[in-house]
Amino acid sequence: MKDRPMVPRADFRSYYGRPIVRPAVWHHDIAAYLFTGGLAAGSAMLAAGGDATGRPALRRAGRVTALGALVASTYFLVNDLGRPERFHHMLRVAKPTSPMSMGTWILSGFGAFAGAAAVAEAAPLLPRPLGRLLGPVGTAGQYAAAVTAPALATYTAVLLADTATPSWHAAYPELPFVFAGSALASGAGVGLIAAPPRESAPARRMAVLGAAMELYGAHRVETSKGILSEPYTQGRPGKLLRAGRTLTALGTAGALLGRRSRVVSALSGAALLAASLATRFGIFEGGIASAEDPKYTVVPQRERLAQRQQQHKQG
Amino acid sequence: MGANSLYGPLDPAPDAGYVDAPPRMGFFTDTSVCIGCKACEVACKEWNGVPDDGFNLLGHSYDNTGGLSANSWRAVAFIEQPAVVPAGPVDALAEAAAGRSDALAEAGCGGAGTTREPEFLGMPGTDLPGRTPDAPRTDFRWLMMSNVCKHCTHAGCLDVCPTGALFRTEFGTVVVQEDVCNGCGYCIPACPYGVIDQRKDDGRAWKCTLCYDRIGDGLTPACAQACPTQSIQYGELDELRARAAERVEKLKDQGARLYGHDPDDGVGGDGAFFLLLDEPEVYGLPPDPIVATRDLPAMWKRAGLAGLAMAAAVAVSFLGGRR
Ligand code: SF4
Ligand code: SF4
Repeated sequence: MKDRPMVPRADFRSYYGRPIVRPAVWHHDIAAYLFTGGLAAGSAMLAAGGDATGRPALRRAGRVTALGALVASTYFLVNDLGRPERFHHMLRVAKPTSPMSMGTWILSGFGAFAGAAAVAEAAPLLPRPLGRLLGPVGTAGQYAAAVTAPALATYTAVLLADTATPSWHAAYPELPFVFAGSALASGAGVGLIAAPPRESAPARRMAVLGAAMELYGAHRVETSKGILSEPYTQGRPGKLLRAGRTLTALGTAGALLGRRSRVVSALSGAALLAASLATRFGIFEGGIASAEDPKYTVVPQRERLAQRQQQHKQG
Repeated sequence: MGANSLYGPLDPAPDAGYVDAPPRMGFFTDTSVCIGCKACEVACKEWNGVPDDGFNLLGHSYDNTGGLSANSWRAVAFIEQPAVVPAGPVDALAEAAAGRSDALAEAGCGGAGTTREPEFLGMPGTDLPGRTPDAPRTDFRWLMMSNVCKHCTHAGCLDVCPTGALFRTEFGTVVVQEDVCNGCGYCIPACPYGVIDQRKDDGRAWKCTLCYDRIGDGLTPACAQACPTQSIQYGELDELRARAAERVEKLKDQGARLYGHDPDDGVGGDGAFFLLLDEPEVYGLPPDPIVATRDLPAMWKRAGLAGLAMAAAVAVSFLGGRR
């Protein structure tokens, strides 16, 4: 039952079955970055919320995780380049038609803000005048990072969708919601792991809202794109996305039911983080699979042509 | 940015900011006269210093290049077809289940349209093929096409390049600056034709430059210069389009059609376009390519909406409920 194709097998012609569009040459660094970038964004928002409502544990965990995830993101992005020593060529231009260029600037800005916020956590350890100065700088950085965070969490969806990779492009209306929800859920996961029960209520609500967004988006991507939904439901991408969904459900349930237990909360947080990771890899690999099979290029384009001809005849 | 900067008919060089740009230059590849000699592939490699791409035997046809890549900027496709195009694809399993084993056998050996007994092809002759009036002829045809970067009016690769390595030349062509490219790889999935590619041992992206270093000096690109049948024609795009319109009119009965000539298509028309004798996908070309950037404004809008939803979710999480 599970293995039966959801869409009838399409007949199409091709050049000896060779791919037409080229699959992205990105390694798993980029899939990992989708996760760490979202985690940085979610954590920064958690930190700002925690600070604004007097919850120091959330603030601290959020700030530190945001910086850690940011450093990891930078590593993944530079490491994936064909010429890593030329990473700064990204800063030559700011180009609105290139989501990667926009993302570079978003990440740079976010990095400066989140960096300041995280360093300020060390203020109490520093000599007084310096520590005094650092506090407000950190607070300013923290709020600036939180304001930049939604852009950081969602531009990666545009990055993938603005390609000829059939299943990424077709998913452009919902992909930002998948990534935004996934970022929120992972940020909430950090809160659930780090905060004592008296501080963690907002993280629980964040987990629920994030999970809802992610599940809604993923459901649309997996069901409403006709033949282009297929790569997200089969093979490894399908397994990863199903695992992500299960982990999200478990994590959210644990977050709601395990209120009083630190252990259950922490486990739920870990499940949410793992869910986010699995979802990102699933979306990444689903797109690659759609580029590797000429079917996903030819069949939808043929349908489009046929539709246009139909309209032409009628109009 | 002009009204059609992302999509629609456009003259790309002036749109990119060139004042008094020379006429847009391009290729018209007329596959009806291609003889599959691969002189273009060789000339391109020689002139541009393109490394070999491995000496592979792909085993599907005389094409052992396989397609365009970082190390093949011209690639000749070979398609061997039954001369009579079969009525439709043969579903071998269904045919077998229905007990029609001949159909199965034929699907296995390439699927000719009709059922045939093995045929005696006659003694090898001493004359040129086709010279003797009623010598037996086999009923297949070869399609050959020299593929190349399309130098799109709206080039996905160029739109998404975050370093500015890809740029629009004054001739309206699209070229990578190898001293700028940092191998981010974004252009590669962005090309709707699967042209541009990363050179593995080098990390950077490479593709046809339409011999930018030759045409600036008034020379013809190496491939067009080497083509012995004028299958590859180089010139001003307007003139090539007029010539192609005439040619396709003449070959209408043979199923000829133009591909990439139309400024109203999904990429605003190609700077390098083709005359084909079968559907584009048979040659490994997308039947209806659209530049992804067409939808970029809509994509940013959706991302903005998702970002706002995210901010709202955090606000609700921290302000809603008192606990
Ligand atoms: S065919 Fe591909 S590589 Fe060539 S200009 Fe168009 S988008 Fe760029
Ligand atoms: S790989 Fe090079 S040419 Fe391609 S988008 Fe990146 S920087 Fe530009």
